[in-house]
Amino acid sequence: MAYPYRDDRETTTILSRHMGEPEARSLSGWLERGGYEALRKAVQMEPDEITEVVKESGLRGRGGAGFPTGMKWSFMPSEPSGPHYLCANADESEPGAFKDREIMRWTPHLLIEGCLIAARAIRAEHVYIYVRGEFFPVIRVLNQAVVEAYEAGYIGESVCDSGWGCDLTVHIGAGAYIAGEETGLMSSLMGGRAEPWMKPPFPAQRGVFGAPTTVNNVETLASVPGIVMNGSAWYRQWGSEKSPGTKMWCCSGNLTKPGNYELELGLPLGEIIHDVCGGPPEGRKVKAVLPGGSSTAFLTADELDCVTTYEGLQEAGSALGTASPIVLDETAEIVPAMRRIAQFYAHESCGQCVQCREGTAWITKILRRIEEGDGEPRDLDTLYDLCDQLTGRTICVLADSVVFPLRSSLDKFRHEYEALMRRSASVAT
Amino acid sequence: MTEGNDLINLIIDGIEIAVEPGTHVIDAAERAGVLIPRYCYHPGIPSRPAQCRVCLVEIEGQPKLQPSCKMTVTEGMVVHTASEEAEDARRAVIELLLVNHPLDCPICDAAGQCMLQDYALETEQLRSRLHEEKLVQGRDRIADDILYFADRCIICTRCVRFMSEVAGDETLIVAQRGDRNVIDTFPGRDLDHPFQGNIVDVCPVGALVHEDFLFKARFWDMDQTASICPGCSTGCNVTIDVKENQIVRVKPRHNPEVNSYWMCDHGRKHLVMSNRGERADVPLIRPDGRLVAADWSEALAWVADRLLEVTGGDAVVSPDSANESLFFLRELLDRLGIGGGSFRVPTGEEATLAGFPKLALRAERAPNTTGAELFGFARVDDPAPSPAGAGLIVLEDPLADHEPEWGGEAAFFLYVGGRLSSAARNAHAVLPVTGFAEMEGSFTNFEGRVQRFHQALRPPGLARPAWMVLSRLIAELDLRRGAETRTETPLEVGQAFAAMAVATPELGGFEWDSIGPKGARLVAAGDAVSADVA
Repeated sequence: MAYPYRDDRETTTILSRHMGEPEARSLSGWLERGGYEALRKAVQMEPDEITEVVKESGLRGRGGAGFPTGMKWSFMPSEPSGPHYLCANADESEPGAFKDREIMRWTPHLLIEGCLIAARAIRAEHVYIYVRGEFFPVIRVLNQAVVEAYEAGYIGESVCDSGWGCDLTVHIGAGAYIAGEETGLMSSLMGGRAEPWMKPPFPAQRGVFGAPTTVNNVETLASVPGIVMNGSAWYRQWGSEKSPGTKMWCCSGNLTKPGNYELELGLPLGEIIHDVCGGPPEGRKVKAVLPGGSSTAFLTADELDCVTTYEGLQEAGSALGTASPIVLDETAEIVPAMRRIAQFYAHESCGQCVQCREGTAWITKILRRIEEGDGEPRDLDTLYDLCDQLTGRTICVLADSVVFPLRSSLDKFRHEYEALMRRSASVAT
Repeated sequence: MTEGNDLINLIIDGIEIAVEPGTHVIDAAERAGVLIPRYCYHPGIPSRPAQCRVCLVEIEGQPKLQPSCKMTVTEGMVVHTASEEAEDARRAVIELLLVNHPLDCPICDAAGQCMLQDYALETEQLRSRLHEEKLVQGRDRIADDILYFADRCIICTRCVRFMSEVAGDETLIVAQRGDRNVIDTFPGRDLDHPFQGNIVDVCPVGALVHEDFLFKARFWDMDQTASICPGCSTGCNVTIDVKENQIVRVKPRHNPEVNSYWMCDHGRKHLVMSNRGERADVPLIRPDGRLVAADWSEALAWVADRLLEVTGGDAVVSPDSANESLFFLRELLDRLGIGGGSFRVPTGEEATLAGFPKLALRAERAPNTTGAELFGFARVDDPAPSPAGAGLIVLEDPLADHEPEWGGEAAFFLYVGGRLSSAARNAHAVLPVTGFAEMEGSFTNFEGRVQRFHQALRPPGLARPAWMVLSRLIAELDLRRGAETRTETPLEVGQAFAAMAVATPELGGFEWDSIGPKGARLVAAGDAVSADVA
């Protein structure tokens, strides 16, 4: 078996095509697979031409927010007054997401190629790949690939002998969720604590080291070479008008065949869970799904016919996020699951904004109390109030990230919270 | 001033106001008389991280509440600081801050001047919804004389940013993450900076406290007096906190022309230490070889009689004396035909505040060297006593480091001062005067800025301001020299200042009441009345 849990249905793969092929990691193996052709093409293109192709392709950021990539690039000044930087966000830290590490582990050159094409588009002179510190095997593979690419002239003073130069550095983070937030990433890259900053200034105005910067997710950048090579129409043959292309789906939880699947955007969520991943173990039913990772709202079993596009999941009241569905079946309890999610965000809050620092920790404490049977009905009012307070009032969206699952769990699984409280009442009497 | 048409017009809580472009909403509001709560924002610290979120306000047209410390004004902006949403957000921030904040106000040094206590009361949070245990973080000695109570800390990071951005010393950091965040020193480094005491002042709660002040006084038991630090020639504007007639604490007072919001640690300690020492509190005269107590009329009459018998002599003054005192001593010396006079200046190492370089602990450790020179006294290393047989007048120099017999050979040795050292006890008469914190007066700082200080302490016994003592001595002398009417003597400091200003061209045009909170610069002698009286 090659890469585990490959989708056994007929699908076209762009990102995961060479996963499971150890030879694809080496430069020679990569070249045999058509590697760096897109970069050769890109260095002959004008920066704005590249941006235009990516814009037309409709590629959207794969880090969670889904911002159109080409548009993000177009915010960079077209007449540089100083250095520009590209940061590849390889700090993949959303609970449930495990796609970027696989892209880098199997096809490091795909990321490098994407980085250099993007760097050319935004007129960057230096690319930083900010890798999560715990990804030891990934970092080893990536570093090896960077060395090879430098030696072969795909990175350096004259990329593909075009006369255009660009450097690339792999920067190893120290493992903080918030370093995956773009301004937090840049703070960390500059040697500070990974603390997000208030926008404006936006990264394209004033980013890392004070220079215009674009931060793109690994999967986003890995999608770029195919688009540049084959054109925007090719990319748009998959997905919807607003969500074109393919996407890595990191499926986890109570599934028979959890794993990474590259799928066209727009399949019904239920199809991914049941047909692709085999559904929950025999004889059990789906109770809830966090469709886009831990920071998206819960969907119930009745809501699985929603379409897995950015707009489709938004309509369903959740979000595509990092496309990392976490499936909970009947054997799972919502309150402990929600407490564990809240505990994660409380642990990872950088602690700048009061709402997030104190709120995430307090939410965790309340949930733990409810979980242990000491809850009171008014705790739910407090939790709802905290949901309001943690929404849209902080520097970054970490606080909002805990609210999405929390509020939806309160709305949709209130009975599970109340059941725990009844337990407490019966003990008391 | 900016031209009127360059100003930005906006409305804050229904109040129309025009401010310079680039002004932040929080400052514009303050000018409109609306004080928006703030923790992380401090006007003296450049960065605006907008992280405490207590200054969130509603700005029409913006989908979300915005931090008023970070938003700059735009033409036609309409701001609501007290809308339902803004007040709700503010209430929540305070409630959340109290989640882990201990309610130890009864033993907290900051109680009564704590921004968390104030806003908690303002937002009517008398009960908490918290049923869980608070996080306990303990305390730490973060510097030699500064304690850090981690539980009280609200992580506004003012102290961290003061050190890095104003002091230019990146020693303080935020350690840990989330609600475990604490302020700490960078691993391997100690907080040891001549201006570090300011981190206590910028702390909006009682997380950072001076160990010297710990548990010493409740805020409401202290009186605050506007004063000038006498620790060096900078003349930092300070507030002296007094409890039971003792200086217990000194805090900087904002003056953008002198010290901004800051002062050095030397100044703080210097003032608190000034409580020490033995004081002369009654006039002493030596009619028959022994110093005996006298009342003021008797003492002044006796001293005036003796001064008439002296020909020639010298004077030693102190750069710690007020301008008014130095002026009246010069008047007295002129009447006695004594010229010259000298003073010594204690010195020490300089230390400049990187983020506001005008503020330095200056090498000259005295507040009024410029004033002493202005009134014709010469700076010397070691003042010699007058030649044997001549007169000797000492004003306020404590003479503490002199030989015990210093001054004993003078024909008449008058000591006008507050402290009785061995050398001072050689005087034929001691006229007890008030220390600077016990009187009103003015100092002239290193750059010639005349600044007023006010009375913080009750003087001991019969001690009186030196300008009062000396002016009355002059009147006694004049009477003995045949003046037809008694020379007019000032009854309060304004009159003393007026007499001084009239006789001193550099002070031309100044009046006591017109010297504003920023002080006034001396004008060149003979120059017109164009002092930058602020």
